[in-house]
Amino acid sequence: MTNKFIYLLAFCSGFCIMGIELLGGRILAPYFGSSIHIWGSIITVFMLSLSIGYLLGGKLSTSPVSLKRYGVIFIVAGIAILPIVYFAQPLMEIIFIHIEDSRYGSLLASIALFFIPTLFLGMLSPYSVRLLTTHQDHSGNVAGKLYFISTLGSAFGTIVTSFYLVLYFDLNNIVFSFSATLILLGFTAYFQRYSITALTQ
Amino acid sequence: MPALLKSLCITALFFSFVSIANVIHSERSLYRNITVEDQGDIRCLKFHTKQQKSQQSCIYKSNPEQLVFSYTKLLLSALLLNSAPKSIVVIGLGGGTLSNTLHQLLPDANITNVELDGAVTKVARQYFDYFENQQIKTITQDGRIFVKRATLKKQRYDLIILDAFNGDYIPEHLMTVEFLQEIKQILTNDGVLAANTFSASTLYTHESATYQYVFGDFYNVRGDLFSNRIIIAQNKDINASNAAMTLHKNSKLLHKILSRFDVDSEKLRRMMKIEHDWPKNTRLLTDQYSPVNLLSRQ
Repeated sequence: MTNKFIYLLAFCSGFCIMGIELLGGRILAPYFGSSIHIWGSIITVFMLSLSIGYLLGGKLSTSPVSLKRYGVIFIVAGIAILPIVYFAQPLMEIIFIHIEDSRYGSLLASIALFFIPTLFLGMLSPYSVRLLTTHQDHSGNVAGKLYFISTLGSAFGTIVTSFYLVLYFDLNNIVFSFSATLILLGFTAYFQRYSITALTQ
Repeated sequence: MPALLKSLCITALFFSFVSIANVIHSERSLYRNITVEDQGDIRCLKFHTKQQKSQQSCIYKSNPEQLVFSYTKLLLSALLLNSAPKSIVVIGLGGGTLSNTLHQLLPDANITNVELDGAVTKVARQYFDYFENQQIKTITQDGRIFVKRATLKKQRYDLIILDAFNGDYIPEHLMTVEFLQEIKQILTNDGVLAANTFSASTLYTHESATYQYVFGDFYNVRGDLFSNRIIIAQNKDINASNAAMTLHKNSKLLHKILSRFDVDSEKLRRMMKIEHDWPKNTRLLTDQYSPVNLLSRQ
């Protein structure tokens, strides 16, 4: 039961990461256009923050792990998404006024809006692997399965957002729903009473 | 006998259209595949996607002054509201036909062409006689950024032409309420906005509602042949009592010079209609909601 729950959470975090990345292009377009370097900026920032997130998440999983902490990361990630909804306009306005070159403008805007939430979402993957691993010999298998599920979530997040969500909802409503989902899942994890077993050699 | 002659002409026209196109230039730019094709006397710039080839700009090689597309002619109806614009912005260069025509019509006007894709500008120079001088500048930039920067610099233009297409439709950030409000800020009091759009697809209603929201009533100018719909909007109320007079006056004034380009100003004037042919509750296109490419397929 716990395992399925963790896989579900990993699926949802993958879904939200790509959903937000995809909307990133639309969020930046009014200020920085739709040139190819917009995607350059967005993808660079997502890759960078994910890579650092993986590192930090892995580090965190070496101290005693719990669903409580796992839930807290979800809640923090969910909250870190909210500035995209509430402060994106004034923030991009300031950057637009001060930086003429839309390459660096879009890069800075991407960092300001997406770096922190994506970093926390990145922490979840290695942490999930540790939560699911009960025996050292199975760690590779668990990691494979986890990345399968979370990347599948990313694929769904990409297609559902770009094909359907943008057709019916405002950008801010979509981003807000991602945030609410992550926070809700975080609280659910926080109040789970399962304990995580120590690793057997 | 005249009937026979007519059918012969039609047959000749038909064969001239199906004659094989000769690709004289083809390149892959950062944004799209660009092709220049010669077909008889007509040379066209085309943007390719696998599903469709869209013609962006065409000229008659023997007579570059004459306009091939009806929509180019229809765009000139903006001049009926303001016959002598001094500063002009064209967003979306294509082959540069519009810029060339405007320069010939208004030799004293400053024209700024804004084109995202530098490769398109090069092709326009090389194959479409796109003409630049002190007064005609080309800026390689996204149209939205150009307009936003112009609002900051408090620049004003007498005529703004929106003709940006990406091979599919108009880029979605160039169709929103926020964008049109920025355009409105950089129009002079007598300034005119002319936007080239399509009248097919459900997007028509969303587009109309969005323009109406920002500008109030606007003119629709429609040609049936290519189903283009030109939107002509102004900062001031076009229902004002002297508006019709201005149209009449300018139509007479421009009749001679426009006929050089095979454009009948009287016909244009009669085609300009204020219409309200979309449901009242139509959702506006905004920076928050503009699934333009999805809507244009419906």
